[in-house]
Amino acid sequence: MNSNGTNGDIRIGFYICHCGHNIEGMVDCAAVARDIAKLPGVAVSRDYKYMCSEPGQELIQTDIREHALNRVVVASCSPLLHEHTFRNAVEAGGLNRFFFQMVNIREHDSWVHTDRAAATAKAIALARAAVRRVRFHRALETTRVPIHPDVLVVGGGITGIHAALTLANGGKKVFLVEREPSIGGHMAKFDKTFPTLDCAACILTPKMSAVRAHENINLWTNSEVVKVEGYVGNYTVTVKRRPRYVNEELCVGCQECIAACVFKEPKFPDEFNVGLGKRKPIYIPFPQAVPQVVLIDRERCLHFKTGKCKKTCVEACADRHAIDFTQKEELVQVRVGNIIVATGFKLFDAKRIPQYGYGRYPNVVTSIELERLVTSSGPTGGEVLLRDGTHPKSVAFILCVGSRDFKTNRWCSRTCCMHSMKLAQLVREHTDAEVTVFYLDIRAPGKGCEEFYDKSLKDGIRFVRGRVAEVTDWALREEEEGKLVIRAEDTLAGVVRRIPVDMIVLAVGMEPQADAQDVRRLFNMSCGTEGWFLEKHPKLAPVSTFTDGVFIAGCCQGPKDIPDSIAQAGAAAAEAMALIDRGYIEQEPNTAYIDQADCSGCKSCLPLCPYTAIAFDEATKKAAINATLCKGCGTCVAACPSGSIRQHLFEDEEIFSEIEGVLTHA
Amino acid sequence: MPKPKIALYWCASCGGCDEAVVDLAEGILGVLDAVDIVFWPVAMDFKKSDVEALADQSLLATLLNGAVRSSEQEEMVRLLRRKSRYLVAYGSCACQGGVPGLANQFSREQLLRFVYEEAPTLGENGRARPQLESRDNGHSLGLPQLDNAVRTLDQVVEVDYYLPGCPPTPNLTQAALQALLSGELPPRGTVLAPDIALCDECPRKATKPQDLSFAQFRRPHEMLIDAEKCLLAQGLVCCGPATRGGCGAQCISGNMPCTGCFGPTSRVRDQGAKLLSSLCANMAGKDETAINRTLDGIPDPIGTFYRYALPCSILRRGECTAPTPSTFNP
Amino acid sequence: MHDANWEPRIVAFFCNWCTYTAADLAGVSRLKYAPNVRIVRLMCSGRVDPQFILAALAGGADGVLIGGCHPGDCHYAEGNMKTLRRFQMLRRVLAGFGLEEPRVRLEWISAAEGEKVRYVINEMVEQLRPLGPLAWGQRFGVEEGAAAHAAPAPQPEAVHA
Repeated sequence: MNSNGTNGDIRIGFYICHCGHNIEGMVDCAAVARDIAKLPGVAVSRDYKYMCSEPGQELIQTDIREHALNRVVVASCSPLLHEHTFRNAVEAGGLNRFFFQMVNIREHDSWVHTDRAAATAKAIALARAAVRRVRFHRALETTRVPIHPDVLVVGGGITGIHAALTLANGGKKVFLVEREPSIGGHMAKFDKTFPTLDCAACILTPKMSAVRAHENINLWTNSEVVKVEGYVGNYTVTVKRRPRYVNEELCVGCQECIAACVFKEPKFPDEFNVGLGKRKPIYIPFPQAVPQVVLIDRERCLHFKTGKCKKTCVEACADRHAIDFTQKEELVQVRVGNIIVATGFKLFDAKRIPQYGYGRYPNVVTSIELERLVTSSGPTGGEVLLRDGTHPKSVAFILCVGSRDFKTNRWCSRTCCMHSMKLAQLVREHTDAEVTVFYLDIRAPGKGCEEFYDKSLKDGIRFVRGRVAEVTDWALREEEEGKLVIRAEDTLAGVVRRIPVDMIVLAVGMEPQADAQDVRRLFNMSCGTEGWFLEKHPKLAPVSTFTDGVFIAGCCQGPKDIPDSIAQAGAAAAEAMALIDRGYIEQEPNTAYIDQADCSGCKSCLPLCPYTAIAFDEATKKAAINATLCKGCGTCVAACPSGSIRQHLFEDEEIFSEIEGVLTHA
Repeated sequence: MPKPKIALYWCASCGGCDEAVVDLAEGILGVLDAVDIVFWPVAMDFKKSDVEALADQSLLATLLNGAVRSSEQEEMVRLLRRKSRYLVAYGSCACQGGVPGLANQFSREQLLRFVYEEAPTLGENGRARPQLESRDNGHSLGLPQLDNAVRTLDQVVEVDYYLPGCPPTPNLTQAALQALLSGELPPRGTVLAPDIALCDECPRKATKPQDLSFAQFRRPHEMLIDAEKCLLAQGLVCCGPATRGGCGAQCISGNMPCTGCFGPTSRVRDQGAKLLSSLCANMAGKDETAINRTLDGIPDPIGTFYRYALPCSILRRGECTAPTPSTFNP
Repeated sequence: MHDANWEPRIVAFFCNWCTYTAADLAGVSRLKYAPNVRIVRLMCSGRVDPQFILAALAGGADGVLIGGCHPGDCHYAEGNMKTLRRFQMLRRVLAGFGLEEPRVRLEWISAAEGEKVRYVINEMVEQLRPLGPLAWGQRFGVEEGAAAHAAPAPQPEAVHA
């Protein structure tokens, strides 16, 4: 048998799948099979209900044996879904797995057309093209690319933390890069978590400490990834480490420097307390910050701004000398085999819905601001207070602010119903206030959540179903004086109501981070229409991306709660570990190659390769392609002016024959 | 033993290919000794009827240059094919259509109208198109009909060998004749020139950088051309990478860029498309404006990419929608 | 004139990572669009050799659609940039050949833009309808055997007498 896989005689097995009703409902599969049966080289032509099933795959294998097939074509769903399945089946049948071509007549045909005759004609054209193409296929072998055992985790929220710990516990070396000066993410700002009302810090901080203590984790906070080069198993990542002006190795977190700062009182808005608290230019992000190291805000530090500061902080740190104003930004390179992106989310800016009064009325706050108020280590010591320092007697929650909204974000942010009910219960614990929740629907999936909703009802929290139209301070009646009035349709009662309250909490939705587009380009990922990082398959591969070796987990992939984030973190870690433990990845052999006899050394191809896979050999004066570096884009193949570069799996003859084939049938 | 018989004929041609045979210089004497030339309109007085009188396949070979674009040319080509054992498409015009092939950008009607009725050089009188038949004093005079399109030789009859070049170089012509005479011939249909691009033998190859990127394209008359450096590196459109070698890079040695007359390698279906593909891929521009500004440096893309090969290109024909043929506009 | 049942036939070259995936998304979302397109899958739009486009047109396609990732988003860094450059020059060449502009089209479609696949295909089909079939072989009409040496039939052009 020659490399063509034949003794000269091509024998093609053609299979068209009904996919139940999915394809057969719009494409006359039997007619397609009859048409293809007449083509030269087709030995077998069948239609079958479910080709991807066990019996379907066995059918192929039996036919290979009994009919001496040396090529197989399957017309069914997208190759992105099942090409791998059928290649496996073909290989199990004894044929090289690349003597196979797939035709997409479901996603590209039966699901998108409404005329059966036209859809069938299209299926026939596409099938004919594949039958012509597959004749030119040759036996190929997958190549194995070794996987570097280290892993990069981007993002130090609960998701990144859990992924890093899982990998580190599995013996892998992890680089955990976090943009903020401390890990912990959004969860660090929470008081309690639903539905158990566990203290967030109590469950989070042990994990944060574990990260710091773990010998397998390199924790780089105040840092960001700026460049990613390479490919699965062999990434070279450049990390920018921003200066804290405090030496991490020397600082023990005693915070004497903060007390000694020339600013006697904290003066600047405190990021961790979402602007509700104040801090000094030298500060620690929050008490349980990891690493437990202070940092200096260059924009506000007197020394940096004027050069004239007594530097009492340096004095206070006299025996450790941890403060270092000369620190510079550093670029560090690491080599890893896999990357997990867990960069989380940002919250909807409530100012985009001006009728809710955020930014105009001081007592309209967001859910995260209320979270900081109820936390005992927050800016008010756990007191739920109005801006004037008094306790509210009535609090209203407005749900779906920036979610499920055609004008802002159309998606459901998944956690805000539960999050709001949790805060509602905490408000009831901390105050005597009457609490009303204005909702569209209450979404309480997850274990214990429906029960939590029940408890909220039984505890006397009021629920009004209707989208809030506006928040106003124009009083129409005496009881509305000095309060904020919510105007909403109470759809269950069938009336429009005006409800005066002291404090309003907006359940702001989740959004992709502001720099999501930049980040995804960095890691060669795509984003979905809504802006969340795109998973390889929404059901079957939620943590993988289209770029091998890059995984996503947590809210950067879409809104979700803590249990789901942890689940995805574990999933991503497992996917990475599976690659690392196997030690290699199998590379699709669609690489380009140059026949040295053909190459004239014109050098036209050299500048084209983004992976520097093409090199010029000064000795032979010709170009050659390194198959391990080649990723198979085919740009050089199209460019070679003398036709001397070819591409496995995408040979010119293969493509020309497909073009001819799709045009054979009107 | 009688000497083998050879014929040479020209169709839509400039006469350069016939010159090339003469250019064999001393070599021509060897040829004349070895063969009997029985038909060569440019140099000898044999008539068509002499050819018709020959037995079929009695000619060893006919070297046929020029593209086919008239009824007379087609008739002669078919005749010579019948009478020859080997038919050699000699020169770019026969192989690929050549420069006359650029007429395929226009319809026959547009050509005739411009040349005989609208050209600025025409006087008031004599704006008349040639007639297929004219009568004068009871005598009838005929002219061949112009075809709708220029065709390559192998689009009219089966061709045995191709000798590309405008014209083919003496070394290749010599080698071809040698092979014909000795009978040691490659498979029918072979192009008798190396199947590798010109850069392989180009004397300036070493000066071509590995990271060439075009921000601008220039034309030979717009610059003083450096006599040592790769011409592409100087921003000139040199077709060398997309053209077969074998010519000894004579144009380059004359400090002019290659224009592609030897045609593409056997691995390419459309020389112009591949040349376009390679040049454009290596352009520097990253947005439409910058790209188009650079492309303005090639004001006649069809003439540049398809100078010799339009009749054998994939799209092969052109339909002109411009009011006058653009090649006449400077 | 073409027959009343004629439908434009478009050959599309879609890159695996963005456009082909977007077309899959259109399918998964059950969007409906005109059945006139036949998709040829390539890894990157940078693999689209201009010879493919010409072969499709010469082979009977009435239009060619090339789909790639948005600039900056190419899975292989800049393959789509090469496509853009080639396409700009090819447009000029095809215009010189008298090919109507709507017949060859380059679109950037990301993996999330299933709706755009639907829109572009429908729009292209509607733009091609008034242009009629490309019928490339019949423009000027000379194939082998249609040589003018045959007894001249009365054609308006042929009578340059």
